[in-house]
Amino acid sequence: MSTEIEVENLTRRFGPHTVLSGVNLAVRPGELLALLGPSGSGKTTLLRLIAGLDTPDGGAIRFDSHNALGRKPKERGVGFVFQHYALFRHMSVFENIAFSLRIRRAKNPEVKARVEELLKLIQLESLAARYPAQLSGGQRQRVALARALASQPRVLLLDEPFGALDAVVRRDLRRWLRHLHEEMNITTLFVTHDQEEAFDLADRVVIMNAGKICQMGTPIEIYRTPANAFVHEFLGESNKLPVTLANGIVTADAGFSLGHAEAPDGPMTAYIRPHHVVPAPDASGPWLITRLTATGAQARVTLANGPAALEATMTADELIASTLQTGQLTAIKILNGTLFDADGQGAVKFKARDGAELVSETCNHSC
Amino acid sequence: MVVRRLLITAALLFLVLFLVLPLIDVFSQALAAGLGVYFSALYDPNVADAIYLTLLIAAVAVPANLVFGICASWCIAKFDFFGRNLLITLIDIPFSISPVIAGLLEVLMFGLNGLLGGWLSANNIQIIFALPGMILATTFVTFPFVAREVIPLAQEQGVEEEEAAVTLGAGFFSIFWRVSLPKLRWGLLYGVLLCNARAMGEFGAVSVVSGKIFGQTDTMSLAVESLYESYELQAAFAVASLLAMLAVVTLVLKAGLEWRHRDELAAGRRKKTA
Repeated sequence: MSTEIEVENLTRRFGPHTVLSGVNLAVRPGELLALLGPSGSGKTTLLRLIAGLDTPDGGAIRFDSHNALGRKPKERGVGFVFQHYALFRHMSVFENIAFSLRIRRAKNPEVKARVEELLKLIQLESLAARYPAQLSGGQRQRVALARALASQPRVLLLDEPFGALDAVVRRDLRRWLRHLHEEMNITTLFVTHDQEEAFDLADRVVIMNAGKICQMGTPIEIYRTPANAFVHEFLGESNKLPVTLANGIVTADAGFSLGHAEAPDGPMTAYIRPHHVVPAPDASGPWLITRLTATGAQARVTLANGPAALEATMTADELIASTLQTGQLTAIKILNGTLFDADGQGAVKFKARDGAELVSETCNHSC
Repeated sequence: MVVRRLLITAALLFLVLFLVLPLIDVFSQALAAGLGVYFSALYDPNVADAIYLTLLIAAVAVPANLVFGICASWCIAKFDFFGRNLLITLIDIPFSISPVIAGLLEVLMFGLNGLLGGWLSANNIQIIFALPGMILATTFVTFPFVAREVIPLAQEQGVEEEEAAVTLGAGFFSIFWRVSLPKLRWGLLYGVLLCNARAMGEFGAVSVVSGKIFGQTDTMSLAVESLYESYELQAAFAVASLLAMLAVVTLVLKAGLEWRHRDELAAGRRKKTA
């Protein structure tokens, strides 16, 4: 009974700024979808357009194949949770949750039963008489969620739901939301700029940048095959090396070979995750270890080879076992990486030079 | 330390000299001949009329400015439109113009030789030297009190709660009555309190437009002057004591509001001093 949402060629301009340009998106029924992107990427605008809090300049939004534009949020059946909760400050927790029921003039016993049910769901039965100012951030967010759920929306939209909370509360609430979603199975979209949050919580993640959708897929898909240089850099640290491709061989402009890739000849940029760079102690190796740092469980090795510089990460235990020292020379192995052209597009995977098989995956997304 | 004590002493001396002593003087003069004389002065038909007129003017001017303040804060805080900053500036005009000038402007508009004077007298409508003029003058002078208090508060509170109400299915009037108005209630009350004190105490503008017809277009503050000038000191001080009491009550209520709801009212304070 979940709702399917289709967004087609959606455009929104604020004065001279185009905040969304031609966005297409299909949200599957019952899905938990994250809109992930840096601030200003248009993700909140997209969410507000889907909610009906804002009107697009062009394009279409359909709920279960029915045109949703021109219909109010209530008529679309959406529940919206705001980043700063937006609880009614002059109403108790009970009245906040009861608001939508009072608006549609539900009978008192019905209101009481529904609100108590929701209070139980958010585990705040004892705080029904409190006012928002007397609650902690996490409690306020749960009340906001209960309020949005009170009139049984078909679609739940959350704008940076955990943005203003501290790390521990955020993790707890995240698990709790996941659990809640599994129980209720309503189509849910949430906006976040936190990669960990998006990957941990969502079935699928939509990466947005500069008013467009860059890539959409499961967290694993997106992380392993980023569609463009922006996605690669946004989803964690990246080493960048200018390279030249000739006859399927990837050669760094600094003069060493990186491996094989199946792509046309020409200059490209190799993006390599630091944990795919593995130093292999070899006193005659070309790389100089310029710096070693350990931050808790993770260790970082900075390497230089003429003009080329790379960072490698490993666990602190691995670093201690490896006997690497600052000032030492070493060889390295680059397990794999991704090549992008000058526009940051045309993603091609490359694999280490001693890799047994030639692997190449191309992405057809564009950004 | 010495400087601090000196400054505090100076401030206290100033307060006593200009506020406490006159207040005590007003009450002692008013009660000098005993309570009986005090009350008979207030029961005098002309004085009773002045009290009635003052209450009547305030009863029209304050609600009018309350409604205006709500409308102004609503459109300034919720919408971004051309001329928004100009409107904010215009609201302050009654504060920066002398009340006497305000009254004079009204005479120039509605007086017999005024812009609309001919049309008004032809239609037998009297504004100047009558109640409508006094209400207009008072409303103009007390115009900014509610608006100035509520606009910064509404701006600080933003529109998120209203948007939440929209997603929860509320229509325009539901949002207004259930969300926007209650959010502002303490700021509104505070503004109304100050507006009322000023409306009842207004002298300059009302004095110009009223014509000071004793027993007819006499408010309390005008009556104080006219009684004093006709050497009815007892009665003058009796009426003055009523106005002084109004001021004291207003101050106490204001302090109470500031203490209970300082978080909400603080928005207004900060914006005003900024």
